[in-house]
Amino acid sequence: MDEKTQVPVVQPTTETPAKPAAESPIRARVVDLGFFYGEKQALKGLNFVVHDCQVTALIGPSGCGKSTLLRAFNRMHDLYPGNRYQGEIILYPEKINVVSPDVDPMLVRLKIGMVFQKPNPFPKSIYENVAAGLWVRGIRKRSIVDERVELALRQAALWDEVKDRLRTSAYGLSGGQQQRLCIARALAPEPEMLLLDEPTSALDPIATSRIEELIAELAPMVTVVIVTHNMQQAARVSDHTAFMYLGELIEFDITSKIFTTPSDRRTQDYITGRFG
Amino acid sequence: MSTEVSKSSVEGIDEQRLVQKANRQDLRFAVTGFLVLVVAMAALLALVADFMIDGVPRISVDFLTNFPSRRPDQAGILSAWVGTVLVMLTTAALAVPIGMAAGVYLEEYAPKNWMTDIIEINVTNLAGVPSIIYGLLALGLFVQTLRLGQTILVAGMTLALLILPIIIVATREALRSIPLEIREAAYGLGADKWQVVRMYLLPAARPGILTGAIVGMSRAIGETAPIITIGALTFIAFLPPAPLQPEPPFINFEWLNSPFTVLPIQMFNWISRPQAGFHVAAAAAGVILLLLTLLMNGLAIYIRYKIRRGQK
Repeated sequence: MDEKTQVPVVQPTTETPAKPAAESPIRARVVDLGFFYGEKQALKGLNFVVHDCQVTALIGPSGCGKSTLLRAFNRMHDLYPGNRYQGEIILYPEKINVVSPDVDPMLVRLKIGMVFQKPNPFPKSIYENVAAGLWVRGIRKRSIVDERVELALRQAALWDEVKDRLRTSAYGLSGGQQQRLCIARALAPEPEMLLLDEPTSALDPIATSRIEELIAELAPMVTVVIVTHNMQQAARVSDHTAFMYLGELIEFDITSKIFTTPSDRRTQDYITGRFG
Repeated sequence: MSTEVSKSSVEGIDEQRLVQKANRQDLRFAVTGFLVLVVAMAALLALVADFMIDGVPRISVDFLTNFPSRRPDQAGILSAWVGTVLVMLTTAALAVPIGMAAGVYLEEYAPKNWMTDIIEINVTNLAGVPSIIYGLLALGLFVQTLRLGQTILVAGMTLALLILPIIIVATREALRSIPLEIREAAYGLGADKWQVVRMYLLPAARPGILTGAIVGMSRAIGETAPIITIGALTFIAFLPPAPLQPEPPFINFEWLNSPFTVLPIQMFNWISRPQAGFHVAAAAAGVILLLLTLLMNGLAIYIRYKIRRGQK
């Protein structure tokens, strides 16, 4: 056995000091969650909690179900026929079961925003993109929309770059800017939780580090769940980390603990780069 | 100093020869394709040119503002082109909204099961039904059963039926070609289905739907069989009541109930007369019909261009 397996290669940076993670209130509780694509079971028996106003990272090798899990949080799977959920994701304080067939997916999506792997702005202006979530909720008053568009763009660290071209097409932005625009779009309606599905996988390193800084800044304001295949990223931005493998949750803990003293052998193998 | 590699990577294959063979093949196909294209275009051009030579000298202001006449040199197409324009307006006003609504329903709202599959197959097949069948349907249903008469409204309804499948299929294709990401982004914001359709899908599908509508209209404008079947007159020496009037309510729809004729019928009528003068008039009417079709297509291209530029 070489040295590598004993000493994890990834260290949480000191820039994001470990918060008193365990003391933060719980925003969502995942209970025995299972998921089926038709007959094929993609998730089984997941149990963990998402802490309020903290960043929870989902990591694991390709095909482990981390994106599937994330998309269950706002019922994206309901857009396609033949998918089925089992178990519960309880969202607090409402105590609604997000994946229950009795809960309308639209209600869930009004509470939980999502940012996708590939930047997907609408083929409309920058302003219209950020305002979209507000308009959908019937917020039409010009002064309020203007104000919240600006706030969201500031939160997404995009305001200074686009304030003079709000009426121009979002397609004129670079990939990194488009992704920050998508984050602003998700933030504008002030969601209870923000889901990020590998938000930097289509971006270059500089754009990636900007998004990572952004996520760290968002954490005190909104609960974030992020899927990433980049372990350094998970270590840098998250407070809690869930390691998944073959549709199961192998280990869930405070990020610093996962990356320094994982308790499961498979977690250790993955974070040290032995597979994945 | 390093020595140069002396051994080729692939033994026993003459790469030079493979390249030459591929190039010869490309050249052969390009030449054949070009010749075929020339033949097809030449035939089409000859047809249009023949038409133009006969017809264009006959076109004058009088030709456009005169009613049909027994004397070939005085005959005009006023009632025919006005009829064509009004019938086309009626057709578009009926077929585009209904076709779009049906397409949106089938693509976005209908449950995906065997019933929808059957409807889909039928709609696609309907696009290929000969137009005279639609004429017979319209004659039986609109003219004889509903007693609507041989009016512009009935012609518009008949042609709308004829092009509905084209518009439905075009709408579905346009909706289907919208990237999944746009849908997911819109639903992810908490939008309801109607908001997603109205705010994101329909605007993105507009160029495709418009193309379908124009293809349909271009087909409808030249249709003769169903219009003759419902009993359109071939000799009309009056105009339908004007759609605009000076006194309130300024718009009237009396013209919908007016008898009418259209350009293809006028042409058909003139071409079946013995006098050569009428044949020239038919060619001239054909030129006008072609121009109208071109105008419609040009308008569609222009609007599509505007939409695309607005989106980018």
